Amino acid sequence: MIHSLFLINSSGDIFLEKHWKSVVSRSVCDYFFEAQERATEAENVPPVIPTPHHYLLSVYRHKIFFVAVIQTEVPPLFVIEFLHRVVDTFQDYFGVCSEPVIKDNVVVVYEVLEEMLDNGFPLATESNILKELIKPPTILRTVVNTITGSTNVGDQLPTGQLSVVPWRRTGVKYTNNEAYFDVIEEIDAIIDKSGSTITAEIQGVIDACVKLTGMPDLTLSFMNPRLLDDVSFHPCVRFKRWESERILSFIPPDGNFRLLSYHVSAQNLVAIPVYVKHSISFRDSSSLGRFEITVGPKQTMGKTVEGVTVASQMPRGVLNMSLTPSQGTHAFDPVTKMLSWDVGKINPQKLPSLKGTMSLQAGASKPDENPTINLQFKIQQLAISGLKVNRLDMYGEKYKPFKGIKYMTKAGKFQVRT
Amino acid sequence: MTDSKYFTTTKKGEIFELKAELNSDKKEKKKEAVKKVIASMTVGKDVSALFPDVVNCMQTDNLELKKLVYLYLMNYAKSQPDMAIMAVNTFVKDCEDPNPLIRALAVRTMGCIRVDKITEYLCEPLRKCLKDEDPYVRKTAAVCVAKLHDINAQLVEDQGFLDTLKDLISDSNPMVVANAVAALSEIAESHPSSNLLDLNPQSINKLLTALNECTEWGQIFILDCLANYTPKDDREAQSICERVTPRLSHANSAVVLSAVKVLMKFMEMLSKDLDYYGTLLKKLAPPLVTLLSAEPELQYVALRNINLIVQKRPEILKHEMKVFFVKYNDPIYVKLEKLDIMIRLASQANIAQVLAELKEYATEVDVDFVRKAVRAIGRCAIKVEQSAERCVSTLLDLIQTKVNYVVQEAIVVIKDIFRKYPNKYESVIATLCENLDSLDEPEARAAMIWIVGEYAERIDNADELLESFLEGFHDESTQVQLQLLTAIVKLFLKKPTETQELVQQVLSLATQDSDNPDLRDRGYIYWRLLSTDPVAAKEVVLAEKPLISEETDLIEPTLLDELICYIGTLASVYHKPPSAFVEGGRGVVHKSLPPRTASSESAESPETAPAGAPPGEQLDVIPTQGDLLGDLLNLDLGPPVSGPPLATSSVQMGAVDLLGGGLDSLIGAPNFVAPPAAAVPTNLGAPMGSGLSDLFDLTSSVGTLSGSYVAPKAVWLPAMKAKGLEISGTFTRQVGSIAMDLQLTNKALQVMTDFAIQFNRNSFGLAPAAPLQVHAPLSPNQTVEISLPLNTVGSVMKMEPLNNLQVAVKNNIDVFYFSTLYPLHILFVEDGKMDRQMFLATWKDIPNENEAQFQIRDCPLNAEAVSSRLQSSNIFTVAKRNVEGQDMLYQSLKLTNGIWVLAELRIQPGNTSFTLSLKCRAPEVSQHVYQAYETILKN
Repeated sequence: MIHSLFLINSSGDIFLEKHWKSVVSRSVCDYFFEAQERATEAENVPPVIPTPHHYLLSVYRHKIFFVAVIQTEVPPLFVIEFLHRVVDTFQDYFGVCSEPVIKDNVVVVYEVLEEMLDNGFPLATESNILKELIKPPTILRTVVNTITGSTNVGDQLPTGQLSVVPWRRTGVKYTNNEAYFDVIEEIDAIIDKSGSTITAEIQGVIDACVKLTGMPDLTLSFMNPRLLDDVSFHPCVRFKRWESERILSFIPPDGNFRLLSYHVSAQNLVAIPVYVKHSISFRDSSSLGRFEITVGPKQTMGKTVEGVTVASQMPRGVLNMSLTPSQGTHAFDPVTKMLSWDVGKINPQKLPSLKGTMSLQAGASKPDENPTINLQFKIQQLAISGLKVNRLDMYGEKYKPFKGIKYMTKAGKFQVRT
Repeated sequence: MTDSKYFTTTKKGEIFELKAELNSDKKEKKKEAVKKVIASMTVGKDVSALFPDVVNCMQTDNLELKKLVYLYLMNYAKSQPDMAIMAVNTFVKDCEDPNPLIRALAVRTMGCIRVDKITEYLCEPLRKCLKDEDPYVRKTAAVCVAKLHDINAQLVEDQGFLDTLKDLISDSNPMVVANAVAALSEIAESHPSSNLLDLNPQSINKLLTALNECTEWGQIFILDCLANYTPKDDREAQSICERVTPRLSHANSAVVLSAVKVLMKFMEMLSKDLDYYGTLLKKLAPPLVTLLSAEPELQYVALRNINLIVQKRPEILKHEMKVFFVKYNDPIYVKLEKLDIMIRLASQANIAQVLAELKEYATEVDVDFVRKAVRAIGRCAIKVEQSAERCVSTLLDLIQTKVNYVVQEAIVVIKDIFRKYPNKYESVIATLCENLDSLDEPEARAAMIWIVGEYAERIDNADELLESFLEGFHDESTQVQLQLLTAIVKLFLKKPTETQELVQQVLSLATQDSDNPDLRDRGYIYWRLLSTDPVAAKEVVLAEKPLISEETDLIEPTLLDELICYIGTLASVYHKPPSAFVEGGRGVVHKSLPPRTASSESAESPETAPAGAPPGEQLDVIPTQGDLLGDLLNLDLGPPVSGPPLATSSVQMGAVDLLGGGLDSLIGAPNFVAPPAAAVPTNLGAPMGSGLSDLFDLTSSVGTLSGSYVAPKAVWLPAMKAKGLEISGTFTRQVGSIAMDLQLTNKALQVMTDFAIQFNRNSFGLAPAAPLQVHAPLSPNQTVEISLPLNTVGSVMKMEPLNNLQVAVKNNIDVFYFSTLYPLHILFVEDGKMDRQMFLATWKDIPNENEAQFQIRDCPLNAEAVSSRLQSSNIFTVAKRNVEGQDMLYQSLKLTNGIWVLAELRIQPGNTSFTLSLKCRAPEVSQHVYQAYETILKN
């Protein structure tokens, strides 16, 4: 199982190590550093690195490498999933997960890691159980602790730990009982030069914030559940009920959690809410190129597209760009060759555009790669797949909760080739 | 008020300061001090000097302080074992605490203290905790058993913890079950032979019930455990599959992949006609696709596994091509894997899309990726015949870009396309020739030269082109040199009149001026061929080449089947069986897919492979490297598709040897125009070498007089126990007869006479063939050596252990009894060589349960040496095969009582550990045969 964990920052310093079995010398990370050096970018460090006696499995998040050391045959996905869980937990505890924050809270981090694994076996990874064992630091608690000498380590066995509903603690009480659900969809798409869709898929999630007293039993039904043929559920969802009736029935965890994630695949027709018109030309002989892009709405069901940003990695031969946007702000970094344009809202009457010239390296031949345009956008009150919640009912408790459902569509990896 | 304050004291007296604070009376100060210590520890500072002071803080009712001290203890107890003893009392006390959290914490920490002295004290508390009323304590204790086993396996077995752990599988709490399974799996991994996880329908049922209720991690353990079970028939397999499928919708990707493994494995047992089979296939696709929307690291592992799955069951993902399209900001390791799978899924139906994508990728920035994309186009052409034309034109477009590495890569793949579709696309040669000058990579140069040589008759200036390469002959890499040599010979055979000079030049360059034996040998071969029999030369050099096929990059089916059993593990990431890389070569049990029980046709199982596929099957595939025929036909351009470069050096050595052997007969040929004399002696190197090794063989056999290995004599009966008679001895087998070599020593003060010997009944009916003859009385301090001939016609009784022999020796003083173990190889008879066909049939015939696998470690011999050494002990090599650089020896032996034992010995060059698989109808002998192997090979 998982032997040790090293946290390494992007400059290659190990700033935290934790061992769950015997101590593994940190020199084992040298193999990782070698791989890091070979990879041009941090993202490209391979996640599985063999060394003569160990295997190093790593994830890269928040500019930190989380490197797990294992010695025997362990499912790598198990380790990688766990590492992501560690990052999520840190984020949950400290708001952000960064080197300074981890260093500031090193003792809590250490205590949490100790609770998460025992002998390399996962012990408690549910955030609500962890939080009962090790209280997250808050300014108030730190002050109180210093004054009263009490601790941030719970001395009670977390109640959820062994019950049939391990994700929920007992004795939850709220004065305002509320349950909010966010249906968030991200479109991953590749659009080719001519504007036709090569592939498009939707990654959707339903995130919930449930603050209900007692042991509520909820059911959530959809207008069009047939859209959901590829789903992953939170453990609380009763799978049998879903299979037979296509209804989500569950006792929710307390607080924030992800109820389900789903995937609408490339085979279904996916509506593409925006289009990009582009004309980028590098002229062979002269050292000037023309650049023009326009962004417009496509299938938005009448909703506004907002939060639009455009980013594009320009070819190395581009020295500088002089562009004028019709709205928003733009920037070009001549070192990284990254063009970014913060567009904002799209007004269908007056489409935003960005045009101008590029100065190219004199004498160099025409760049052979065309830049790919990366698009970000948001559409409120719309689930692009058409998914709609029908109703939410609560059983098992007497009070009437306040319910709310929100929809949102975002761009995931939305790429337009030019 | 953050923890960073704990790092601030970096003055000289830091440790001293901390010491004072730790011993402070104030609780708060103590805790702060311990926190500082922990903080220093986390960044790798050595604070072990504070051990006694920290341990003093342990007895506290403050839980946080206790936890912190425990953290410290776990880290440093090993370096301070004597001090660590101090902590034992507190642990024992804490294990009785009314708070289950504290009990669990104590048992958890105890197990992490890797100090032998302490572990003994921990057995009692652990035993209690394993039976604790609180499931939280029980599940923690279960893991503790695994920890303890890691420290002291013997102790765990002696204390009976393993049985308690097995009982926990039936625990009422699913979490306890999951942890017990996890602990047992980990222990089983270091004890492959032990039958710890004894799976039967009842226990499987318990596991399946627990599966629904335990945490995600517990589900992974249980699923991985289920995957090791073999259902008794297809109905049981289906019912397990039905209960596992809901796991495919789990949010944790590791759970999903483990479930996929179980399903892929058990599916093998289901009949394809079953409705359920089709449903299952459909259910498998969505979760696999979903894995690809996870974080890149997860995607990578998922893709490596999908690569296996699409090879085994392409139907699952055949409609999902698009999800493998590459996004430009995918990490490179994801891009390369996606590309691989795209090609595997390419078919006539989707080839247009795939090609358009590949062409797009070929204009990206990342060089490695671009290269692979170009290669992929070539692979598509080879795989989907209808697309070949389009692929070629795409490649030509790419060549027009003039981007150097794209052009080179394109030429390499076009060469492969020519090999697959001869006489179809040669019109493009002219375009290729235009780019001759820009080629600077050996592989591309070699490919271009091959094309020029192969199509010399259609290229007007072929001679000029080749001549231009010849100028810098010695600066070229071996690959290019070999290729150039062959190409010019081809050219000469096609246009003999105008290229005589050229061929002379290249032959002399290759034979006289080169110190590469491979090149030289090939040069001589050609030279002699050309000078003796040009017709034969034409037949050899211009022979029709076998077509290549796309199958060359597929994983061998037997390996694939094995890997399918390892979905989700490191083995699946590396596409190698665990035995090939698992640390320490802990005996890894081979896994195989269960045979289909419902249908009559038995599924391919790894056992059907040995002794080599019939050669006919491989005709349309490129011959493996190092194959002499392939070498002469000049197919050494490497496999047609990208892949890890094969170790060519060893291959070339093989070729040298083969050529060297053949040279002898060539030298004897009558009308042979001798090559420059100076070169001859070097060529004799090879035959001389083999002569020399013959000599060595001789010496090695002289030692044992063509008999099997004889162990040195060991004392069987010490003088103490036999009133002064000491007997030592050993067993030998020479030329078909078994003997017991005895050495009797009289250590008493009186003379011994009237010796006689008798054997008890034993497993193989060993009995003295003659009476024990001691000719003269044995006087005090005298020693006599006797060889007692044995036969195997005595009465038979199975002994425990099998090779136990009980002996009674009598003399004038008393009767003495002793028992000894004989090495099994004295029972291996001389006619133990089975013929190939027979071997294959028998191997298949013996049920798989009878197969036993062993590791032979630290044996530095190579396959030849192993084979000859074993042969002298009557273990015969029936066949030898080379699979992916490993030598596989298939061997047979026969025991005196007619039992055949079949063996497969796997030897990896450079690895001193061999894997031995034994199959025998009487599986109880396997263990002893293995020991015989050990003794023979290691002495």
